[in-house]
Amino acid sequence: MAQATLSGDGTAVPAGPMISADGVPLKVSLARAERRKRLTAFFLVVPLLLFILVTFIVPIGDMAFNSVRNPEVVTYLPRTAEAIRTWEDMDELPGEPVYAALVADLQAGSGTPAIGRVGARLNYEQSGMRSAMQRAGRAANRLEPPFKEALIEHDPTWGQVQTWRVIDRESSPYTLSYFISALDLTYGPDGRIVQVAPEQRIYVELFIRTFWLSIIITSLTLLLGFPIAFLMAHQPARIANLLMILVLLPFWTSLLVRTSSWIVMLQQQGVLNDLMVLTGVLSDASRIQMVYNQTGTIVAMTHILLPFMVLPLYSVMKTIPPSYMRAARSLGANQWTAFWRVYVPQTTAGIGAGGVLVFIISIGYYITPALVGGQTGQMISNFIAFHMQRSLNWGLAAALGTILLFAVILLYYLYNRIIGVDRLKLG
Amino acid sequence: MSVALIRLAALAGVALIASTAEARDLTIVSFGGAYQDAQREVYFAPFTEATGAAVTEDSYNGGIGVLRARAEGPPSWDVVQVETDELILGCEEGVLVPLDWSVLGEDNFLPSAVHECGVGTIVWATVMGYDADRFPDDPPSTWADFFDVEAYPGMRGLRRGPRGALEFALMADGVPVGEVYEVLATEDGIDQAFAKLDTIKDNLILWEAGAQPPQLLAAGDVVMTSAYNGRITAANENEGRNFVIPWEAGFVYAVDYWTIMANSDQQEAAMDFILFASDPDQQKLLPPHIPYGPTHVDAAGLVDPDVLPNIPTAPQNLPTGLFFDEDFWVDRYESLNERFSAWAAQ
Repeated sequence: MAQATLSGDGTAVPAGPMISADGVPLKVSLARAERRKRLTAFFLVVPLLLFILVTFIVPIGDMAFNSVRNPEVVTYLPRTAEAIRTWEDMDELPGEPVYAALVADLQAGSGTPAIGRVGARLNYEQSGMRSAMQRAGRAANRLEPPFKEALIEHDPTWGQVQTWRVIDRESSPYTLSYFISALDLTYGPDGRIVQVAPEQRIYVELFIRTFWLSIIITSLTLLLGFPIAFLMAHQPARIANLLMILVLLPFWTSLLVRTSSWIVMLQQQGVLNDLMVLTGVLSDASRIQMVYNQTGTIVAMTHILLPFMVLPLYSVMKTIPPSYMRAARSLGANQWTAFWRVYVPQTTAGIGAGGVLVFIISIGYYITPALVGGQTGQMISNFIAFHMQRSLNWGLAAALGTILLFAVILLYYLYNRIIGVDRLKLG
Repeated sequence: MSVALIRLAALAGVALIASTAEARDLTIVSFGGAYQDAQREVYFAPFTEATGAAVTEDSYNGGIGVLRARAEGPPSWDVVQVETDELILGCEEGVLVPLDWSVLGEDNFLPSAVHECGVGTIVWATVMGYDADRFPDDPPSTWADFFDVEAYPGMRGLRRGPRGALEFALMADGVPVGEVYEVLATEDGIDQAFAKLDTIKDNLILWEAGAQPPQLLAAGDVVMTSAYNGRITAANENEGRNFVIPWEAGFVYAVDYWTIMANSDQQEAAMDFILFASDPDQQKLLPPHIPYGPTHVDAAGLVDPDVLPNIPTAPQNLPTGLFFDEDFWVDRYESLNERFSAWAAQ
């Protein structure tokens, strides 16, 4: 195929695609070079991608997956899980085959971790199931058929329909039970999902409180941080640097030290109360409780998160030319109007960045509320930690964490829709 | 040449690892801190002296999770000290092995110190404590006084969570020590305990770490508080405080146990150590270091009389004590803790 035609004066003019020196079409050659560059760039970030995948994506995915995994009954009571599928009339006790399957499972599981694990799992659904399983496990080898009568005589728990409903419900490898518990819901006696008794409701309230406290803390850091950032941005370098050190110094101090200092400052026999008693503002008997409650959490967290608000604000304010304000003034705006209508709108990128940073950090904050929060200043993360460390109900911890994660993603999405993530400026 | 050298080094390394694995010392794990320092002096060092067997120490903060993980790996821990909840779960799950009670002798120990997979080594108590300097006359002497904010104004401290708090609330409401768990096993009993807690809710500070109660008392943040008995005695001895434990008010005691990991390859040496450490002549030496009670029935009589009043198992103290019913709590903890948290947050 001819690549070029002769023109009138005899010189070759390329009629098809342009060709590079080695005879490959230029477009192809360019694309190849581009691809090589992209590959190089990709290989340069592969370590980071792998790192993120291994340390971030996989653990979070695993955590989220933990909230629906339900292997215990299926794994440790396989015969029972199989037999209970035939149970149809759920108002009556299941038949002898199901009881026999349970006894067989218990016999097979004696001396292994099986009974302990499945008992712990069922105990999350119904208090007392752990010890019922243990007792049955110890007795299993002594029981004689018919097992239905024998088990019920051994322990009346096995004569309750509710017990079998729990086993039936948890006999599939995936469950929504943890999410149901995390939303203060439970299965009613008829199997429908209902709210738990009022005195047991805790997590919904905690989620609301966590968000509410985070909003308060974000607003307070903005209120306190804006003037500092403004001052820093509009002072000569010498003073601005000094202010910057004042902001950064606490930022570099250990979190625990800062939190403990707030305990020293705020406690009833602490510095602030002593000062107020000394100056006669308070009597010795009316010292204020400012720590081990919500006030403590708000004060300490506002202080700790302040730099996360000040730094983005400062970096944005630094870039606002002072001539804009002067122009506004010369066009007749008074000081306030010029500030509010001209200056503040230019700082929204910083306000947004600082606000999102502080809000998202405070939603997951753990150590400070644990130390100064008392009961009323606890946040949802403290209960996630509780279920991770104390009650060992990792499924519930995972469900609470997953809900929190999706709440944050939802907020981020809303932020993006309303303000736009591209307007974030972190400095 | 260099390759040969590297090979040689690698071989030597493998040989070294193999030989250390073979000659792994008996590894004993406890809770660290001042307590393990005392144990080293009373149990670990004398055991090595008496038997020539070297002991490696490790410490942990408790928790069944750690034990499960250790049990699934290669042998690393042999003797582990555990609290009751780990003992129960660890024994049920086969993480810990049953002990040979024919050698230990069930009758030699307090009933609460005898468990299929563990033998008790110390008795520690959650008690009421107050600063005697604040109550020059008519100090509180019962849990009813603790809940009486009219007669004894001021803040109270309780450990965060339902454990202990519910027992004390029922004791304050006049339930005899021996019937506390019977009442608590019913819904009405739980309601009764929470109703009693309601009466001091506005005067309540909840503590979390064992170090807090003495600090709260010393700072005057509370006038009386629940506390671990060892911490109160330590504050008196080390900081010259004048804190008092009214043992007669009633207290809740728990036992920590020696156990053997199921995957230990030194079962015999481990049992030797447990036998050694359970001897009354050895046990009697611990209370002067740290005021936890011995579990061997003969040991209490051998303890230095000066420290005897500070330990839960002293003959004059033990009758008002309630053995912490971990079986009850392992079953009910989660739902009661949710209720307690909901109660405290309102």
